[in-house]
Amino acid sequence: MTSPKRVGKIEFGLLSPKDIRKMSVRKIIWADTYDDDGFPYPQGLMDLHLGVIDPGLRCKTCGNKASECPGHFGHIELAKPVIHVGYTRLIRKLLRVTCRNCGRLLLSTDEISKVLGPEDERNDDTISEKDIKKERVCPFCGEQQLKINFEKPTTFSEVMLDENGKKNEQKLTPADIRARLEKIPDEDLRLLGINPAVARPEWTCLTVLPVPPVTMRPSIILENGQRSEDDLTHKLVDIIRINQRFKENQDAGAPQLIIEDLWELLQYHVTTYMDNEVAGCPPARHRSGRPLKTISQRLKGKDGRFRGSLSGKRVNFSSRTVISPDPNISIAQVGVPLAIANEMSFPIRVTPFNIDEVRAMVLTGPNRPTLNSPCGANYAIRPDGRRVRLTDQTKENIAEMLEPGWTVDRQLRNNDVVLFNRQPSLHRMSIMAHHIVIMNGRTFRLNPAVCTPYNADFDGDEMNLHVPQTEEARAEAELLASVTENILSPRFGGPVIGAIHDHISGIFLLTHEKRWFNKSAVLYLLMNSLPEHLPKPDKVENGVEYWTNKQIFSMILPDDLNMVYRSSSCLNCAKCKHEKCAEIPNADNNNSIQDAYVKIVDGNLVCGTIDKKSIGAMAGVILQRIIRTHGLERGRQFVDDVTKLAIRGIMYDGYSFGIDDEDLTKNEYGMISEALDKAEDDVERLIRSYEAGTLEPLPGRTLEETLEMNTMQVLGKARDSTGKIAGGHLGLSNSAVVMAVSGARGSMLNLTQVAGCVGQQAVRGARINRGYEGRTLPHFKKGDKGATAHGFVRNSYKSGLTPTEFFFHAIGGREGLVDTAVRTSQSGYLQRRMINALQDLKVGYDGTVRTSGGRIIQFKYGEDSTDPAKGCAGDPVDVKGIVESILKEEVRK
Amino acid sequence: MKQSQIDVIEAADLPKKTKDDLIAYIGEKDLSDETFNAIMDRINIEYANSRIEPCEAVGIIAAQSIGEPGTQMTMRTFHFAGVAEINVTLGLPRLIEILDARKIPSTPSMTIYLQDEYCCDREKAREVSWQIEAAHLSEFGEIVTDMLDMKVRVRINRDVCKKRKITIEEIFERAPRKIRDKNHYRDFECEEDLADACLTFIPKDQDSYQNLFALAENVRKVIVQGIDDIERVVVRKENEEYILYTEGSNLKDVFEVEGVDTTRTRTNNIAEISDVLGIEAGRNAIIDEALNTLREQGLDVDVRHIMLVADMMCIDGEVKQIGRHGIAGEKESVLSRASFEVTVNHLLDAAVANETDILEGVTENVIVGQPIQLGTGDVKLIAKKN
Repeated sequence: MTSPKRVGKIEFGLLSPKDIRKMSVRKIIWADTYDDDGFPYPQGLMDLHLGVIDPGLRCKTCGNKASECPGHFGHIELAKPVIHVGYTRLIRKLLRVTCRNCGRLLLSTDEISKVLGPEDERNDDTISEKDIKKERVCPFCGEQQLKINFEKPTTFSEVMLDENGKKNEQKLTPADIRARLEKIPDEDLRLLGINPAVARPEWTCLTVLPVPPVTMRPSIILENGQRSEDDLTHKLVDIIRINQRFKENQDAGAPQLIIEDLWELLQYHVTTYMDNEVAGCPPARHRSGRPLKTISQRLKGKDGRFRGSLSGKRVNFSSRTVISPDPNISIAQVGVPLAIANEMSFPIRVTPFNIDEVRAMVLTGPNRPTLNSPCGANYAIRPDGRRVRLTDQTKENIAEMLEPGWTVDRQLRNNDVVLFNRQPSLHRMSIMAHHIVIMNGRTFRLNPAVCTPYNADFDGDEMNLHVPQTEEARAEAELLASVTENILSPRFGGPVIGAIHDHISGIFLLTHEKRWFNKSAVLYLLMNSLPEHLPKPDKVENGVEYWTNKQIFSMILPDDLNMVYRSSSCLNCAKCKHEKCAEIPNADNNNSIQDAYVKIVDGNLVCGTIDKKSIGAMAGVILQRIIRTHGLERGRQFVDDVTKLAIRGIMYDGYSFGIDDEDLTKNEYGMISEALDKAEDDVERLIRSYEAGTLEPLPGRTLEETLEMNTMQVLGKARDSTGKIAGGHLGLSNSAVVMAVSGARGSMLNLTQVAGCVGQQAVRGARINRGYEGRTLPHFKKGDKGATAHGFVRNSYKSGLTPTEFFFHAIGGREGLVDTAVRTSQSGYLQRRMINALQDLKVGYDGTVRTSGGRIIQFKYGEDSTDPAKGCAGDPVDVKGIVESILKEEVRK
Repeated sequence: MKQSQIDVIEAADLPKKTKDDLIAYIGEKDLSDETFNAIMDRINIEYANSRIEPCEAVGIIAAQSIGEPGTQMTMRTFHFAGVAEINVTLGLPRLIEILDARKIPSTPSMTIYLQDEYCCDREKAREVSWQIEAAHLSEFGEIVTDMLDMKVRVRINRDVCKKRKITIEEIFERAPRKIRDKNHYRDFECEEDLADACLTFIPKDQDSYQNLFALAENVRKVIVQGIDDIERVVVRKENEEYILYTEGSNLKDVFEVEGVDTTRTRTNNIAEISDVLGIEAGRNAIIDEALNTLREQGLDVDVRHIMLVADMMCIDGEVKQIGRHGIAGEKESVLSRASFEVTVNHLLDAAVANETDILEGVTENVIVGQPIQLGTGDVKLIAKKN
């Protein structure tokens, strides 16, 4: 919804004393806030002219109540000028580049032309401090210039040389400085990049101080009835007190010393009022010792006005709760608890066409009785904008009054569009639109296949849900942000949504090799995807029809899908055995049990196993092809079907994994032990040759480094060999192997560590060398360079670690934890910087990429105008896929 | 494949890579016109579908696409990049380094390719490496600190000189000059004895042992052969040719060494590339380095995102940092700068310079509470097709 008025531009400038007095509604002279009756003092800091914060009172300037009055500025007349801390550097520059007598820029016209070029060719360049030589003579009045010293935070002084050549510093009071700045002519200021119309330099020496409205510094009433003033008010009280005392002393003709002290004190208070973190200035503190939060501190930083309140805003119509998985809903849905659906609403306008429907909602009221009953409504908004809360008492009355022109806040109902989000929102897939399904329970329900883009798991994660409040917002959410639209990631042009974990193990077990199912089993497996008819059975035995597992999978594929590829379980044989790969193992081809050559012809899986590469999140080639040929909606359908089929598949056979799945036979344990003994012997031999000095150093490495590297290598190889021994024993009948081979979870390395040997523990890529003098732990001899003494864990997780091994393992594990903690903050900052640098770039209608100011960054986006989200892994067109799907055979370059 | 079909492909409005791929995939197959047309139709449709849409917020997408995988990267600073002997910063620290446009990377390193006549011969490759690797004087002979005579004597080993292709005269000329110029140590005199291949250094101050040892240290460390910045060179054989990997980087000087293939040699110091070869080369270096860093971590990011970042960094003709001291600090909008970092200073300076914010960017419009000028927010008028 575009607001009818647009803010066109924001101009920045300084307030002149005249401006400050003009916008002020009241001169403030009393430091007190409230009198004994709790009523604001007139001309005090809480004067009623400055706006009201107490309910019931009316503002004396605009006559509005607290909620409507925006507040008005007042002012304080300062006894003497003081410097604005933010502009000390500018003042220093101006004092150094202008004449102390006549106030003109210390450059003759010729010199200016030399720096900036001739007058008619000048651009926005300005004269800097460096362009002017120090301590020169003014080219206009001939006055000798003096060195200006600046001492933080606000002291300026001139260095004079007396007759003896001795340096003599003379302090410049803010009044002196102001007088000097006043003398600088407008033309010279323009050369310095200052626009004198809005920013005369003398305005940086304040003679009058604006007092912000009370709405900006509300006082709060504590539980004991005491008023607690805002930090800004405290600071203003200080300023007024000193200012008052200053004036009195001045009028009484106090000695110069006292005047100077008071002046400095006033300067201190005004300085800390602007910025309480100035270098060289002790921060003003609250009675409790906490430094005050003054104007600068309010604006700065993550929770400051800019980043905390203006760029980031809080919203209504949102909810948050724990998420839990529900594989039976679609990926484009989200399960919402009834309690939340009852609380959240969407405004609908009452028209003659829907008045009956809306009246029914109003009659239902705020408490919808059951899950499936039609939704109720929470508020009714009258045509004059008054909001009426619907309760069981009022609902009948309001239903009666309802007529076109009213708006009713309707509760959520099934199939409403909502935005669902999990923090950290690192990419646009962190907020997606889902259709809601109202459910029992107290958690949001999420299909596990959409966990990847949100990076969610169910160990207690919470997520947020937002309800768009206008028809336009709903339409945009549905069309641009829906899960369906976001299956393909713009990061790499592939699907981010897809099967995970058990989906992959399930589909792997279901489609691996060839199996037959009778009709009831087939219908059980496909019960969630409901095909219209079953294909011809593959075989009929004893009058019973049987379908193959590949046929079952083919049922959920589009009919015209053609593709050929190798699945992730492919061994990358030197010469691909193609369809042979699918053959059932027998005596002749016992290596070809992989069944990794996937061939789909006209929507029929001819051979091959479906696994991570086919349907997995961040991989999913079948999913990608379906989306490219049949569109996103069909792709979404496929994900829903395949995940449900996979879960039925895994449930049909049953699937479990336990510690005894990693049992090996005595034979294997013997081999592992032997391999490790050999490795430890090798390490001993290396150490001996090192000690004997016969070790040949690697080029550019010291002997010690060479020894370390060789040891690591030997031990690494030993661990891998134990893995091979274990893996050779555990075949595809083992759950862990199935998970590793199919790509569902874990790897052969994990299996190695559980069954074979945990291996070398490392800190910063090297063996563990820290600890005591000359040794890692007191259990070892000093100078022992052996495997066990430096963190080699010989045992497996299953056999259990010895105490020293366990300790080393904890050292290695800690490194990972530290790494994660450091990384999140670093990458978060990197992302913030990148977003800030690039956020304004957009593609123009002419295909160029431009900044908000219209500067061209690229003439053609990405050099070929291809949208990475719509392309295929970087290419605009999936040539191989198209050729293969039309020729129905594998093609190669 | 028929010539007529090739002509159709060549004439189509498609990128060159797509055309080449298509010809390569169809290869020798003899397709009927019908199948061929089916393929062409599908390709044209897919090509048209993959065009970027106007108003797309490509900048944010690029930033997210690089930032999001950043959270998955390892911090592991050191890694052996192919060569076990040379350490290179990788992972997130390296990515930050690239985007920060650091003048000197934390582990500068070069990959030097050799010209045809050098690249296949180990000896010749070794010769080139000696011209590059910085060698201390101590490697060429024996250095004796004579405390009795208050002298530092260097006896050059002629065999080493012969092996490393450097004459004794050259060493004699270079050593004292380099100590004076590079190490800024001048309080000594030097005597040459060519016949004996002996170089003697005499400190000016004959009474101070401290000076003598300082001189001895300088003599030992002085670099008499090779390029100063390149501390180590490793020669490796890869794909039938010898490649030099270095620790330390100096592109300009390496280019002047005979036998170096200047067309393929590269360094990981982006600032150096843009200084020596120009800003376009710098841009390509950013793209390559960032892409390689991400690839090495197994993260797949479309080149277009990295290209956009690189273009943004190089748009002013010099490599600019992503962040406060670069792009984000030089934006036109006051509010956008103020909401990034150093809020107060930006506001104060804007007031003096009388800057105006015309509210075109994203943050500015969020701050004043109106729709942003991107995507659907940028559409002001919709024309109905037909």
